Amino acid sequence: MAIDALEMKLRPPADTLAPYPPKLITLASGEKMVVRECTLKDVGALLETVHPLLAVAKDYYDIVAARMYSEILGWFRYRVANEFVIVGAIDGVIAGIVTSRHVKSGLGMSLHTLTIKRGLRVGAQLFAAKMEHHIDYLKEDEVHIVAESPIGFKRWMIEYELEDRSAQYPELRHELGGVPTFTLTRKLWDGLRAVKCTGSRPIDPALLKTADKLIPPSEYVQLPNWKRGA
Amino acid sequence: MAARVGIVGIGHCRFGNSSEYDLVDVIAYAANAAFRDAGGLKLRKEVDQVFVGNMAGGLFNRQTSVASALVSRMDMEPVPAELVENGPASGASAIRMGYMAIASGMADVVLVAAGEVMRTVSGWEATDIVATMAHHDAEYNMGLTLPGFAGMFTRLYMQKYGMTERDLALVAVKNHANGAKNEYAHVQIPVTIEAIADGPEASVVNNYVAEPLRMYSTCPITDGSAAVILVNMDSAKAKLFRQKPIRIAGIASATDTHCVHNRKDPLVLDAVRLSAEKAYAMAGVGPKDIDVAELHDAFVIFELLNSEEVGFFERGTSFLGVRKGETEIGGRIPINTSGGLKAKGHPVGATGVSQVFELCRQLRGEAEEGRQVKDPRYGMAVNFGGFGNNVVTTILAKD
Repeated sequence: MAIDALEMKLRPPADTLAPYPPKLITLASGEKMVVRECTLKDVGALLETVHPLLAVAKDYYDIVAARMYSEILGWFRYRVANEFVIVGAIDGVIAGIVTSRHVKSGLGMSLHTLTIKRGLRVGAQLFAAKMEHHIDYLKEDEVHIVAESPIGFKRWMIEYELEDRSAQYPELRHELGGVPTFTLTRKLWDGLRAVKCTGSRPIDPALLKTADKLIPPSEYVQLPNWKRGA
Repeated sequence: MAARVGIVGIGHCRFGNSSEYDLVDVIAYAANAAFRDAGGLKLRKEVDQVFVGNMAGGLFNRQTSVASALVSRMDMEPVPAELVENGPASGASAIRMGYMAIASGMADVVLVAAGEVMRTVSGWEATDIVATMAHHDAEYNMGLTLPGFAGMFTRLYMQKYGMTERDLALVAVKNHANGAKNEYAHVQIPVTIEAIADGPEASVVNNYVAEPLRMYSTCPITDGSAAVILVNMDSAKAKLFRQKPIRIAGIASATDTHCVHNRKDPLVLDAVRLSAEKAYAMAGVGPKDIDVAELHDAFVIFELLNSEEVGFFERGTSFLGVRKGETEIGGRIPINTSGGLKAKGHPVGATGVSQVFELCRQLRGEAEEGRQVKDPRYGMAVNFGGFGNNVVTTILAKD
């Protein structure tokens, strides 16, 4: 059997997903954050960004970083079906990353949200962008969501008032270890979109170009005294 | 004649998230910093009295008897030590107790240390714990929280005086600009008026917390500690300290009804005005003499109201002064040069001492570049307990 043929047997089937149109968000600091869907050419910068956070136990960065690293690598190696990655970048520097997956018609599976630049609700904006993609562009009716940190639970389960589907376990369970599953429905999103989701489209091409080549951050607030390359 | 009381040591931790640390250790950190500032840890043995400001260690940290725990942690037994609890004004009340101890002749050196570690619980739980200062039946049990109160209060002020949400945002922009330069501030990020008020994404970036209050109208939930060492300036012990004292020229408190609905006009903060009047009288100065002020801005509307009650502005006009930049550093009366509770943070029990710490830095000329007020002589702090029902005003002087 040719290697290429074997490789193709290892790969999941892939649907053609609607693209996520890039947008621009002015953060409270006045910084302009480009939010755009990643392509496989971004993977190196994404993995470089996530990797240092594997050592940060505080606020569960370690588990989120470890899982996100594997999700991005799985996407790059064609081992996850219909995954998408959205990034927020300020002057090209990665401020946050979200990962997610289209499961089937009408259903999405939210994976992880990793905030690099803290204090400006970058994670909240990127999570909202992820939900926007699932429901408004991929036309899904429900997105299954779990939280692996108290911050995540507060931000998504409580602030979004997600439907608690944990009683339906094990018939309904999220892919991430079967922890209690919550769901964002189209109806919930329709009520939340205006207060949770923002961004201007289309983006000035010059601003979009700043996020063309993603740059891993040189410093992390989560890692005092750490410097890339030091 | 009562003894003159001065501040000869100041200490502060970086405000933010200290939830991994023990409450008593967090307070001890600031206390030790104050002793180092005053001349060294050996000065602990000169202390005659310790007062500790803390609002809710029993609820946030399952730690009560915080004063007893602190002196033991700092090897300061058998010094007398008491906890002072006055809600978010616990810190300033502890300083006032220290002042009274020295003025009465019962002590020559007093350590006042204050702290709160709130981020051990969720934001919702912290809001609930802070709300326990409200009237239990008429307010707390009805579901009122401090942001809810402040939202209604802000709405009333807007309707009566024509202030807008943008005016609130201007206060936040000013305070965040100051906090960004303060090494001790929780949030060291400047924010822009375009991003939080004027721009197309502002309503989501600066979301409502309790309409019309938005995220940037409200202080963050913060851990932290601060400490000061008070001395009888006329005693022999005063010479043991290396710092030239910053004198407490006036310190006074006043109370108002516990239930806000029992006040004739909820927009009138009698306790702020009365405590300020008493502090002015004690110091022999008036509003025009104050060069720098730290005014309790747990919600930015409080900064505006407080600035009117203490006489910096006519009632209903403070926001007009903010529009003109009168409360910025370099303006007519710089307010919240530390970043205020809005940006520096509000670890409730610590805030009153933190405000005095900032005034001492300003009066000593030790604030960071870009944050230092030019040659200030008098500084004022207003620390607000409850919903304005127990307020302490302190006036410091550089002699």
